Amino acid sequence: MAGSRPGGKAARALRRGAPLALGLALLAYPFLDRNNSHVDFLANAGAFILLALGLNIVVGFAGLLDLGYAAFFAIGSYSYAMLASQQFGLHVPFWLMLLIAPVIAALFGVLLGAPTLRLRGDYLAIVTLGFGEIVPQTFLNLSQYTNGPNGISSLDQPSLFGHPFGFSATPYYYVLLALIALGILAARNLQNSRLGRAWMAIREDELAARHMGINTTVTKLSAFALGASFSGLAGVVYAAKLDLVSPDQFQFNVSVLVLSMLVLGGMGNIWGVILGSFVLSFINSFLLPQSTSLAHAAGFGNLDFTNYRFMLYGVILVLMMLFRPEGLIPSRQRAAEFHEAQTDPKLAAQEQAEYEGATR
Amino acid sequence: MALLRLSSVSKNFGGLAALSELSFELEAGRIVAMIGPNGAGKSTVFNLITGIYAPSSGSIALDGRPLGGLNTNRIASLGIARTFQNIRLFAFMSALDNVMTGRHARMHASMLDSLLHTPGQRSEERRVRERARELLAFVALEREGASYARNLPYGGQRRLEIARALASDPKLLLLDEPAAGMNPREKEDLIGLIGRIRDLGVTVFLIEHDMALVMNVSERVTVLDHGEKIAEGTPDAVRRDERVIEAYLGRADGTAS
Repeated sequence: MAGSRPGGKAARALRRGAPLALGLALLAYPFLDRNNSHVDFLANAGAFILLALGLNIVVGFAGLLDLGYAAFFAIGSYSYAMLASQQFGLHVPFWLMLLIAPVIAALFGVLLGAPTLRLRGDYLAIVTLGFGEIVPQTFLNLSQYTNGPNGISSLDQPSLFGHPFGFSATPYYYVLLALIALGILAARNLQNSRLGRAWMAIREDELAARHMGINTTVTKLSAFALGASFSGLAGVVYAAKLDLVSPDQFQFNVSVLVLSMLVLGGMGNIWGVILGSFVLSFINSFLLPQSTSLAHAAGFGNLDFTNYRFMLYGVILVLMMLFRPEGLIPSRQRAAEFHEAQTDPKLAAQEQAEYEGATR
Repeated sequence: MALLRLSSVSKNFGGLAALSELSFELEAGRIVAMIGPNGAGKSTVFNLITGIYAPSSGSIALDGRPLGGLNTNRIASLGIARTFQNIRLFAFMSALDNVMTGRHARMHASMLDSLLHTPGQRSEERRVRERARELLAFVALEREGASYARNLPYGGQRRLEIARALASDPKLLLLDEPAAGMNPREKEDLIGLIGRIRDLGVTVFLIEHDMALVMNVSERVTVLDHGEKIAEGTPDAVRRDERVIEAYLGRADGTAS
């Protein structure tokens, strides 16, 4: 079949080759750009990419709108802060925490997911919003364990073969790169599997899904658990890198930010989600601070662009909803939902190629 | 032994008796139809069999095993598959994925298998995909595997629902008005398809309003009216039954039944 369509092979080679090339470029990046603040920015963006990949499982695949996702980020971060610092005198190694924290976060995913199983749509969103508020509030109020608003600082420095990570962002950058690669692999595997189809079936029609023998309880909880485990990972690395956790890092705006990354990039599409997180991270922690310091250097001392952050997000989301509601790189299904009437022959051919590729 | 047995099944919604004291048996390997005027309680029977509703009283058993208290997904995995009166496909999944999803209950891949794509998971996926392709061909949709379910023409959607239901290798297939909205040509094809499904060893139980189709395809017919069974027998016998004629057409003296 591939031979009958000119360019089909090239397109597939590009699909395979592009991620590889991107991966190599990212591996080389810290050697090419010795500016630590750039690597630092990329590492932070990496943590958000991990978060977005996890939320995409819950919202994009299974269709469960979760507005409190930052709670699991908080749980991952606090796990590291409490188990690998002077706080309790426990010093679980960083690498071991990368195994433990996702499990802890997944358990909380199940715990917080269970009460929402019967809820759908708006109601589910409101309850998850509540959980998103409760978790940081709990860390704030359990001050005898968490130091309340001051948070926990002086976390253990990770080290590899006896070399501590130190204050350079580069080691964290590589850890996150590896975790994102694993995350992409995991998300792709899940998408094309019995479980992934069950998630999508629930998203499309829960009653019909039950008639297929799908246990909707277990299937939804597994989405919450797996989604949360990604943010457990992100939390550990983020906390270790920042050397500090405090409740105000996990406010509602973090949940909204990650959800906006999905909407911007294309919900349900792994590459779209990654692009969306990168773009928003770039605006948030690079473009706005940089332009602010430029403005200061130019003599506009009282101008602070970072204050316009949320206005800018708002404008971006409104523009997206108006002109490209399915996101920058949409999933097939989202694109079809928003553009039912139009049938694009090029898109149809691409779908056919993807289908053939996936089913070979 | 009967494949499916309903014993004095009643269902009340508040004060409304949707079904009263319904008893009947389905023999394995048959094509059986259930007819009756709108609101007679036919779809309620299906919803009771698949566990969407619990009976107010009475019991339902598959192969002698009572289904009381079992969830819909559990009942589905015991071998009862269905289609819906208002098509309920997974609209934004491909036709092939719809059928593969229908196989869910017969698949073994765990969450970890799905995450890691273990060799066992891969070969299971391959087998299920192959089987799904066969089923698409069985309902004459072999060229539509990549299309979204919702982009299929109406008749194709009805057939895809049947393929999805068959993917679980059911003992009993419940078809809820399979001919609704079909043109005469499609109906004819459907009659052939239902026959071929029975030849696979699947017992077919259908609700249908199209009398020509019912009389043509079914071996036994059960007639419901106002939640009660008013007749049962071969299509010919049912067609001549006075209570059935009355239920559909009213009484000869002009008073409504």
